[in-house]
Amino acid sequence: MDLLHLTAIELGRKIKTREVSVTEAVKAVLEQAKEMEPEINSYVTLDEAGALMQAEAVQKRIDSGELTGPLAGVPAAVKDNMCIEGKLTTCSSKILSNFHPAFTAEAVKNLQKAGAVIVGKTNMDEFAMGSTTETSYYGPTKNPHNLMHVPGGSSGGSCAAVAAQECWYALGSDTGGSIRQPSSFCGVVGLKPTYGTVSRYGLIAYGSSLDQIGPVARDVSDCAAVLEAIASHDEKDSTSIQRKDYDFTSALARDVKGMKIGIPRDYMREGLNPEVADAVWKAARVLEEQGAVIEEFDLSLVKYAIPAYYVIASAEASSNLERFDGVKYGYRAADYEGLHNMYKKTRSEGFGAEVKRRIMLGSFVLSSGYYDAYYLKALCVKALIKQAFDRAFESYDLILGPAAPTTAPELGKSLQDPLKMYLGDIYTISVNLAGLPGMSVPIGRDRKGLPVGMQLIGNSFQEKTLIRAAYTYECATEKQFEVSADVRAGAGMAAGQAGDCGRACRQTGDPGDSAFQAKSEMPDVQAKSGREA
Amino acid sequence: MAKQYETVIGLEVHVELATRTKIFCGCSTAFGAAPNTHTCPVCTGMPGSLPVLNRQVVEYAMAIGLATNCRITRVCKFDRKNYFYPDNPQNYQISQLYLPIARDGYVEIEAGDTKKKVRIHEMHMEEDAGKLIHDEWDDTSLVDYNRSGVPLVEIVSEPDMRSAEEVIAYLEKLRQIIQYLGASDCKLQEGSMRADVNLSVREAGSSQFGTRTEMKNLNSFKAISHAIEGERERQIELLEEGKAVIQETRRWDDNKESSYAMRSKEDAQDYRYFPEPDLVPIVISDEWIEAVKSRQPELRAEKLERYKKEFDIPRYDAEIITESKSMADLFEAATSICKKPKKVSNWLMVETMRLMKEHGMEPEDLKFSPENLAKLINLADAGVVNSSVAKEVFEKVFSEDVDPEQYVEEHGLKTVHDEGALKAVLEQVIADNPQAVSDYRGGKEKALGALVGQTMKAMKGKANPGMVNQMLREMLG
Repeated sequence: MDLLHLTAIELGRKIKTREVSVTEAVKAVLEQAKEMEPEINSYVTLDEAGALMQAEAVQKRIDSGELTGPLAGVPAAVKDNMCIEGKLTTCSSKILSNFHPAFTAEAVKNLQKAGAVIVGKTNMDEFAMGSTTETSYYGPTKNPHNLMHVPGGSSGGSCAAVAAQECWYALGSDTGGSIRQPSSFCGVVGLKPTYGTVSRYGLIAYGSSLDQIGPVARDVSDCAAVLEAIASHDEKDSTSIQRKDYDFTSALARDVKGMKIGIPRDYMREGLNPEVADAVWKAARVLEEQGAVIEEFDLSLVKYAIPAYYVIASAEASSNLERFDGVKYGYRAADYEGLHNMYKKTRSEGFGAEVKRRIMLGSFVLSSGYYDAYYLKALCVKALIKQAFDRAFESYDLILGPAAPTTAPELGKSLQDPLKMYLGDIYTISVNLAGLPGMSVPIGRDRKGLPVGMQLIGNSFQEKTLIRAAYTYECATEKQFEVSADVRAGAGMAAGQAGDCGRACRQTGDPGDSAFQAKSEMPDVQAKSGREA
Repeated sequence: MAKQYETVIGLEVHVELATRTKIFCGCSTAFGAAPNTHTCPVCTGMPGSLPVLNRQVVEYAMAIGLATNCRITRVCKFDRKNYFYPDNPQNYQISQLYLPIARDGYVEIEAGDTKKKVRIHEMHMEEDAGKLIHDEWDDTSLVDYNRSGVPLVEIVSEPDMRSAEEVIAYLEKLRQIIQYLGASDCKLQEGSMRADVNLSVREAGSSQFGTRTEMKNLNSFKAISHAIEGERERQIELLEEGKAVIQETRRWDDNKESSYAMRSKEDAQDYRYFPEPDLVPIVISDEWIEAVKSRQPELRAEKLERYKKEFDIPRYDAEIITESKSMADLFEAATSICKKPKKVSNWLMVETMRLMKEHGMEPEDLKFSPENLAKLINLADAGVVNSSVAKEVFEKVFSEDVDPEQYVEEHGLKTVHDEGALKAVLEQVIADNPQAVSDYRGGKEKALGALVGQTMKAMKGKANPGMVNQMLREMLG
């Protein structure tokens, strides 16, 4: 049986009915990965032995009736910035090239509880800094749809692994677009949840106030199921929020009637590749045909998002990465004279160029005398951007636009001009600054056959609105996960066929559904300072 | 005529809070454990770990802030202070810069005859660092992270002190307040209270401050006094020679009784403070403040008032006993058992303090139980032992916390009340001391004392001196 073409939920169902064993599923992806990896390099670590051991254990839990969820037994991959106890966790950096964590990230634990088999750790831009997965110490990951192109980043390994069927779904992390942009480039569904929805405990921090873990999946249903599995309130993460709803799969309904969707004019203007613009407009028309109300509006402040983001994220990164000093764990320079020389050499040798650039940028903006001019001002911009979104969500249930200005660039074309690379984050970054949920959904391909994605942005805690709209779009277009069979053929060029939509799209049962009502669900800060001792 | 100089001193006082667990994780704060046994991913700065604030730290800090007349910051936040050092596992310390928990307070001190207010600029919460152990033999350094993440408050005063005496009075006052609150044991030697001294000198009458230095590593009141005197002299000497005082951090060497420059202002690090993104702001409501206030233990002024009403002991005694919370606790516990406040106060004021002085002890170092003191008082009061035996037994209580009843029993120290037995001894004493007997009979009242002494000696101190006196008079009369 060809298992690889199934979605995670379809595979989960077959495992539950004993049509497929967990070990069979694991072997199928391991085989696929072995075939693909020499070309694509999605994984930093492919844990063959560990995966087969997990498969047996998970199978037992399924057989005993302990595991009944939709993802039980389904093989998954995890971005290499999430800790798994005893497993190499590198952040694709030399400085952590020998680091084995003592504990497992909460989001990964949640997956394990749901019966996931973790087959490996995926490649990424070093410490999630980059938009192409080319800054990895372990070499670039390639786009499964065209090996001459990047998969995007920083969760490029996770997105490429899903696209190349090297796993059924993966976890990524998104600080400025690192799930949504590579999802768009790889033709998969990626979601960055509302800040605080998924615990950051065990995620090796880049920009702590912006980082969120989220799913990368083959379709919207898988995406919702994975989000449902990983989201939780975690007392170990003070920024984790107790949400009212965790039932994200309940939003898998084909219904956008009356849904008000705003398209920011600022997103559709100059700088946007015309092919991408066309695809986004077409997608908007599809939703309109399904009953949504589409309007253009001015979001404003868009151009300030990038500088504000790079100030805040780099400042936090410069501090977060201080702990990598060669003293306690990780890489240490071989020869050194005294403590300060050890620090200097370890960090000079252990970090790559892009990481150093951001550490320097972050250290500079926090320096005495510059703090007010840069960091404080960036925080003000962040607050204003949040206000601009708040105003938009007074009129719209969600915002629709592109996930990136272009499709995936060619390998080796981005890093020489970092500023240009940073500008590529323009549509995704403000979502992180405002802490909002954002989702990337495949909407077609460009002339070269490279995937295009649209981005859906919701108000805080409105993931279900995103999922509902995305699901409706998917059903209406009979869009299905597109296999990059060309890679297997060695062609390295695109043109996957959209198969027939075999899935029955669920119709909504409740016309009076209040899913579009904005809820105020802010964290109770006092209660949060709450550990007793 | 030589110029007159004024010393201007401000203090930064670090106090380790008495929480059971660390500020950002659940590890124990207990002192003296084997290295790196009270650690976890959070307090060793492992990648992916996150801090969670210990609520008790906020409450202790609030209590100290309220007791030192500070304004409590209603929305306060933590910031990161970035600097590389191996005792600091993340290479940043979570502290407070922009919105510290308390500001603008003061304490009243008495130094010599003068009373004054020392203003508190601000107080903030932060985490302690680990401890480096340098093995010079091996030329290696080891780190113990047991102390990493132990909660601290730093109390920053205004430059309101003018002498070592005032500094000591301020520190004693802070220590007293904090001990009363139960927020810390404030032991300088063990480092649970540490003071950095900022000092400058200026010509008397000047309104401008001079250039200041900061002195670190002061582990006792004595070191603080000596460091202040020494630094004052050093700065005045520089000024007299027409040289400038350099703004720098100096380290006190207790063995050499002198300080040396650690780093100058030019070498000062830029800590690149910014708000800690891993922690949410702490919102302090009126209700929370009221709750902390209502749980606040009785402070010294209230205690003094109550002692006067409840125990009727002299004001002077009450003041001395309440100077330290542990002494006051001991007093109250012993009194509640034996119901004799004046007697308890006397034992504490006289014998206890004498022995403390003899052994160079602080009230916190006292080891005996209030039960045993109360028992001893009852024994003496009932005449089971006489006062000199009681003192002797007390020394044992003081040093070993012996049970006085058992001790008196085992050592046969009970006062002999048996007239027959005493009479036999008296007859022997009279027979053995004809000279003293005839002196007494000849009118020398003093001679009786010698005979009483001989009797007590023969009875090994266990006789009732009043009874001996009376019977001797009768027998010689």
